[in-house]
Parts: sequence; C-alpha cells; structure tokens
Amino acid sequence: MFGKLTLDAIPYHEPIVMVTLAAVLLGGLAMLAALTKFRLWGYLWKEWFTSVDHKKIGIMYIIVALVMLLRGFADALMMRLQQATAAADSAGYLPPHHFDQVFTAHGVIMIFFVAMPLITGLMNLVVPLQIGARDVAYPFLNSLSFWLFLSGVFLVMVSLFVGDFAATGWLAYPPLSGLDYSPTVGVDYYIWALQLSGLGTTLSGINFIVTIMKMRTPGMTLMKMPVFTWTALVTNILIVAAFPILTVTLALLTADRYLGMHFFTNDLGGNAMMYVNLIWIWGHPEVYILVLPCFGAYSEIVATFSKKPLFGYKSMVYATSAIGVLSFLVWLHHFFTMGSGANVNAFFGIMTMIISVPTGAKLFNWLFTMYRGRVEMTVPMLWTIGFMVTFVVGGVTGVLMAVPGADFVLHNSVFLIAHFHNVIIGGVVFGCLAAINYWFPKAFGFRLNEAWGKASFWCWLVGFYVAFVPLYILGLKGMTRRMNHYANPDWQPYLIVAAIGAAIIAAGIFCILVQFYVSVRDRKKLTDPSGDPWGGRTLEWSISSPAPFYNFATLPQVRELDQFWEDKQNGVAYVQPAKYEDIHMPRNTGVGVVMGAFGTVLGFALVWHIWWMAAIGLLGMIASFIVRAYDRDVDYWVPAAEVERIERSRHAQLKQFQTTQVAPVAAPQRQKVA
Amino acid sequence: MHALISRLRYAGVGAAVLLSGCNLEVLTPKGDVGSQEKSLILIALGLMAIVAIPVIAMTLWFPWRYRKANKNATYAPSWSHSTKIELVVWTIPAIIVAILAVITWTSSHALDPYKPLESEAKPVTVQVVSMDWKWLFVYPEYGVASVNELAFPVDRPVNFQITSDSVMNAFFIPQLGSQVYAMAGMETKLHLIAREPGAYDGLSTNFSGEGFSDMHFKAIATSEDGFKDWIAKAKATPTTLDADSYKTLAKPSEKAPVAYYGNVANGLFSSVLNQHMDGMSHDAAAHGEISMDMSHDAPEESMQMDMHEHQDGGAVSSNITPAKAEK
Repeated sequence: MFGKLTLDAIPYHEPIVMVTLAAVLLGGLAMLAALTKFRLWGYLWKEWFTSVDHKKIGIMYIIVALVMLLRGFADALMMRLQQATAAADSAGYLPPHHFDQVFTAHGVIMIFFVAMPLITGLMNLVVPLQIGARDVAYPFLNSLSFWLFLSGVFLVMVSLFVGDFAATGWLAYPPLSGLDYSPTVGVDYYIWALQLSGLGTTLSGINFIVTIMKMRTPGMTLMKMPVFTWTALVTNILIVAAFPILTVTLALLTADRYLGMHFFTNDLGGNAMMYVNLIWIWGHPEVYILVLPCFGAYSEIVATFSKKPLFGYKSMVYATSAIGVLSFLVWLHHFFTMGSGANVNAFFGIMTMIISVPTGAKLFNWLFTMYRGRVEMTVPMLWTIGFMVTFVVGGVTGVLMAVPGADFVLHNSVFLIAHFHNVIIGGVVFGCLAAINYWFPKAFGFRLNEAWGKASFWCWLVGFYVAFVPLYILGLKGMTRRMNHYANPDWQPYLIVAAIGAAIIAAGIFCILVQFYVSVRDRKKLTDPSGDPWGGRTLEWSISSPAPFYNFATLPQVRELDQFWEDKQNGVAYVQPAKYEDIHMPRNTGVGVVMGAFGTVLGFALVWHIWWMAAIGLLGMIASFIVRAYDRDVDYWVPAAEVERIERSRHAQLKQFQTTQVAPVAAPQRQKVA
Repeated sequence: MHALISRLRYAGVGAAVLLSGCNLEVLTPKGDVGSQEKSLILIALGLMAIVAIPVIAMTLWFPWRYRKANKNATYAPSWSHSTKIELVVWTIPAIIVAILAVITWTSSHALDPYKPLESEAKPVTVQVVSMDWKWLFVYPEYGVASVNELAFPVDRPVNFQITSDSVMNAFFIPQLGSQVYAMAGMETKLHLIAREPGAYDGLSTNFSGEGFSDMHFKAIATSEDGFKDWIAKAKATPTTLDADSYKTLAKPSEKAPVAYYGNVANGLFSSVLNQHMDGMSHDAAAHGEISMDMSHDAPEESMQMDMHEHQDGGAVSSNITPAKAEK
C-alpha cells in the first residue's frame, strides 16, 4: 500500500533531527495559527499564491531562497563544528551517515534552492521592468515554474524527517549513488527534487528568452538593453541548453535505480565516468548561469553609484556572450585526475584559462566605471567592491587549478572547497545581496536600512576570509574534502579558525534578518516617493516604487542605452501622456499551485515506490494542465480610467516630493567634465 | 587586566602555532613529480599576480580616490569608452593566459601520470585496489600484498596500476605528487618517485561512503635494504591472498589495520579489474587459473579468468588454501 514507506522511515533515534522536526512543527503550527488568526489566507491566496505577476513571483522566489539559506547554512555550521572537533581519536558529534547527508544537503540546497531561486527571483523582479514590458511572455508558465521549484524544496525538506537524504556528495556520482551502494531512498529524494525544480528552471529559461527577445519596449534594440538584461538573456540561453542535460543524466540514473538498467553501474558494461562527464557538461555552465546575472547586477550598481555610464558596454556584452559559449567547453577540468590523456587535459585546461580573459575584462570595466566617477559608498556598492577584491582571489586560484599539473595535487582538497566558495560566495552571494539591497525599493516602496546592511556586509566579508583562508592552507597541507574525522591533529587549529569564520558569517546573516525587520518597522522613514532612490539609469527607476501591477502605463520609447538617465538630463522624465489606454493583463490562476501540489505528490510517491499515489500525482498534473489549456478566461483589460487614476496619484506624489527636495537626488547636474 | 594579558598571550601563542605550524606538505614535496608540480604552482601564481595585484590595488584605490566627498577628483559623468584602455585590459590578460597556456601544454605532457618516469633504476610495480574502505597494494614482482601500508625504495620509480573494487576513490600521496582516480572495471596508471626516505601520508581524495575518512595509509619510502626487509616481512606472513580471502577482505570494513599477505594468487589484479565483466569468459583451459566470484548482483555466476599474463616473478601457485584476512 505504501511502498517502501513505513513508520521506521522517521529517524526517531537521531536527536538532532527530532529536535529540528519539533521546532519545524511548532514553528509551522504557530505560523499557520497566526495566518488563520489574522485572516491572511485569502489575501495570500489571491494576491500571492495565484499571482502571475512577475514581481510577486520574483519576491516569492527570493523569500524561499532566504529561508533555504538558513537551512543550508545550518548544515554548514554543523560541518564546521564537526570538523573543528573531530581530530585524532575524536569522532565528533555527527556519525558518518549523518555527516555525509549534511554535506550533500548543504551543496544541493545552496546551489539548487538558494542560489538558483535568488537569481531566478531577481530576473523575475527586474528583467520585465528593465525592458519596459508588462509581464513575462508566459505569465502562467512563470507561476508553474515557481510552484514546481517549490515542490523540489518540499521534497528536500521532507527528506530530513521521513527517510533520509542522499549521502553521496552534491553531484551524486555513481556507482556510489547506484542502488548497490545507496539502497535507501536518499538518492531518490535527490533525483526527484532536482527533476521537479529542474523542470521549473527549464520552463523559466524558455520564458525569459522569449520575454527578452520579443517583449522589449519600442526602440530597445539588443545593443540598447541594460547589461543586467543581457546577462539574464545569456544565462537563460545557458539554462535551456544545459538543464536538459541534467534532466537526462538524472533520468538515466533513475533508470539504473528503478528499472534495473546499467548505464552507470560497475557491472554489465555500465560506465560511471559517463555520468561524471554528463553531469559536469551541465554543471560547469551552471556555475555561469549563477554568476552571470550577478555580474549584470554589479554592472548596474557600479554605474548607478559612480554616477557614470558603464565603461565599455559593448565589451561587457561581448565578454558575457563569450563566457556563455566557453562555459560549455571546460567541463573536464572537474576531473583531470580521471586519467584522460595529456592532450585532452591540456585542451580543457587552456579553455578554462581563456574564460578568465573576458572575466578579467569585466573587472577592468567595473574599475574604469568608478574611475573619474562620484562613487557613493552605499550598501550595494560595498558588496560590489567586496566582490571585486574577493573574486580576483577566487579567479587566481581557479586558473591555478585549471593547470592540470597543479590540479593533480589540489583536486578534491579543501583548497578546491575554498576556491569555489570564494567564487560562489564572493560572486553569487555577494551579488544577490547587493542586488536585493539595490532593487528592494522597487519591489516594496522603501529602502533597506543602511547601518544593518553595512554591518552584514562586514560580517560576511571578514567571516568569509576567516572561514576559507584556513581551508586554502589546509588544502596545501593535503587535507581532502568530505572528511567526517581525521587522524592528523595538525589540521585542527585551522579548522577551529574556519569554524569561527562560519560563526562570523552567521552574524552577517543575523544582521540581514535584523536589517529586514528594522526596515519594515521604519518603512515610513525609508520610503521611496520618487521611485528613483539611487539616481538610476535604467527604465525600472522611471516608474513608481513599488511598481504598479501593470509596470508601465505607457510603453517607454527608447533611443539611448541609459534612456531614463538621458530623459532626466534633458528634463523630459516623468512627462505624463495626454491620454491613457486600456491595458491588457493576464489573470491570476491557481493552476500553478495545484500542479505543484500534484508534482509534490508524484515526487514523494516515486521516492517511496507508492505507485498508485504516483499515478494520482501524474494524472493530476496532466488533468490540471488540460483544464488550464481549455480555460479561455485567462486575461482581462485594465480600463484607461483606472490607469489614469493610479498614474495621477503617482505624479501628484512625485510633484510633492520634487518640491520638498532642495537638490533632487534623481537628477544631479552635470559637473566638471574631464 | 591579568585575564586580558593571559588572553593576549594565549592569542599570541595561537597565532605562532598557526604560522610556525604552517608546514605545507604539498609545497614540500619529497619526489620529482611533486617538485615539478610545486614549481608549476608557484610559476602560475606569480604570472597571475602580475594582473591580480594591480587589480586589487585599483579596486581599493579607485572608489577611495573618486569617492563622492572628494570634490578635487575629476568627474567625467559621460565618459564610458576608451579604445586604448579596452585594448590594454583585453591584451595583457590574453598575453598572460597565452604564456600560461604554453606552460599548461608542456607541463600536462611532462606530468602526464601515465608517462613512465625516466630513470636508470629498475621501477617497482605496485597494483593498487581501493576497497570499502581500505587500500590493497599488490606487488606482482614479489608475490606479496599489503593493506593500508605501502613501501618502495627511494630513487626508484614506482609504477602504480590502480583500480577499484567497488566505488570510485582517488589514490593520493600529497608529498610525492599527482593523484589519480581508482575506478571499478578500469585501470588507471600513475608514476611516482621518492627522493627522500620517510613515511608519507596517503589517502583517498574522492568520497566513497561511510568509511571514507579512515581510508588513509602510510607510504614508506625507504632504502633498498629497508625495502628488502619490508618485502621479507610481508613474505614471512603466512596468509595468502586468493579468491576467497580477497572476498573476505573486500567486505566493507572501517579502520582496517595494516596487514600483509605472504602469498598472492597469480593475476589477482586483473581478475579484480575484470570482475564485473560478466559473460566475457576468457580461454581458461591451460593455465593455473582461479575462480573469482565477486559479482555484486550475480553471485551464482562464477567467472573463469586467465591469470597468467601479469606474472614475471615470485609467482605462487593458485592452488592454495583460503585464508582469512587478519584483523
């Protein structure tokens, strides 16, 4: 009846898990009670869960990502604590079975359920606003993507309390992840969580390519697109090209585990290295999928706060595109030690180094954007400068490991761990936090508190170096990754320092939470009446904060790269049109939620081999999709009068703000020209 | 106050321990391969520093120099292009990458782990099998084997043939240089040489499951006499490694103690290598073959392996009594 699922699947004997479960249940119950007490269910359902508004979907992605950051970071703290204590004869407090799941979950969660939703959320929030569109090309598909992603999140979280999670490392290399060596449901949770959320990611990639290609406002040619949108375009092309590879790779592993096939098993001609190749053909572009939009965000931020156009826009675009192409030609550098020949290794090593040229050019472009600018040290700018310094170090260690001869002694060591945290924390996390601070006013209508933002930046920056410099050193001392305990007591002092670093980062995360709390509390004081709190350059700053649900009352006409900046310079920003027109908008729908729920049922049932339930899940998904396909009531018109009413009040507010401002931040005068 | 001073002293001692204890094994190699890899690392880092250090300096200097409050600094609000600067920032990194690429090409060939080392001395062959979760070292030339301990003479190349009994691992002795994966059904090769005697740490660097953390071993680089003694010690051990005792040894175990086998069945390594090749039977008619029966999912099917090919010295008969792996 319930497949492999019995009551024994609940890990009663693991106190850490049980305490967490109790906390989650109590916290969850308290939240449900509060939602019921304050009668928020209807509001959440109508305004958020069923919303197809790209801004709201973007915000939901980011909220889920931040919640999952807490989970992923808790895993990180547990690992640091384990390795700081488990020296010589001590076994530490985490048995291998638990520790192995912790580091697997940490990697999976941080990449798939923190970094990915952060960048997907940011692209959702920002891209349509930057290109002057009213929504994405396929608003319902966007909602579906989010709910499929959420069912992946749900499966990963459930695996903590029902059954177990994969204990194989975040890429689940076979044969270890095969049925012979991982007979429990852990790897199955891994597979179905990634398949569901990966499907969402692929759909959202298609959605954004079409949005960017087809829905740009009149006059916005490709070479007049803001850089963030450019990076989003390249990232989504990479998503559409790379994620199907992940889907197929995991499907083949599924065939091995469920259907007794032998793609990657030791016996009957299976070849595990085929999996390793395939997963990295997806995995390396994935790194750039994550970091390119962050490069875009840094570009917007550095131009805005240097009060200058981005230096070398064209070379930035070419560099981004070049990175996108090259990212598919380097995958083998993840396993030089496989024993492929010198020619193959040298080829992939050299291709990897070549990527550092366009990446380096980007760094120089940001530098020369600040050069002869008027740099404002805001929170997003601090993150950007912290990123630039940190990323250079990460780039150097990355190119070092691209030399096969050097990689032969550094591969899989904690030096490698330090390297990729250096680029992922320094590049992606810093970038997303910079972007959240930068675009927050556009989403909510008020700025984030500066002091707590700066505190969080310094904690993260210092914490990062304290946590990872010891790992660089330990890697040179020959310590390998994923060790539950170690015999060499020399390593312990470094690991204690690394644990202190993790604690400092924890303080940084705490500061972010306080920053949100304080900012919501002081939202009146931090309000953004102009819609342009930073003196922005791109179209999203021309509309009110928060953006109206239709984004643009009239579609802006673009002639220049930084059209809004030009308009402000020429005094033609904020000109009200003579007449408003009806606006065509997509209607909210709950089908995404329903399909996501059926998807969760399907995933859970497949994990536990409950076939009747899997059938319900799959048929439910198909049926709700068919129902949706026959629904003709998917859009509506916003009457011109309604648009006019909203815009009137926006312009009244703007006028009032401009008269109270002595020197408007929105339009600084031209100053001494070099 | 006292507390503060003692705390400071404590911190000072801590810092001293950190710095003086900074003996970087990978950068203090004891063999030729490691030495070349060390200089490769230092050369690559030095080359990259040419770009990296100025960039970091500029990253700190520009925002300070052009900070909003500094009205003395030039402000060029619409300046956003300079062909000269673009040329420099694309060309200089490209030149450095070109130099690195040449170094990469030559060093990848020079340090190819499959390439035998040039040496007057006769190489020692060691067949390495990673198991759940220990290392088996077979010396085909001497007919002995050991678990979690490896010995070889200094100044003589060691030719490693590496495979895995189960999941993937990686064979690595940080102070001697390169690591290579151990994969079931596949043979990888690694050539190392030690120039200084010592007992070096060796380990698996590719996560392989629950007992992974204890998959370390000692690699003893010793004199010719020391090596002879070690072989003699192994030879004197009355246990034999054949199909049955191999099967016992291959059972998952953690923290396996060092063990020796005085006798090793002919061609054990190739039978391990081929254990998953069900249905691919060799001509098993003539030679002293043993029956290996280690397939994971088909325990009923035994496999006849031709065992003669690898042996050139110290071969022992395969007609031997099973022995349990000693604990």
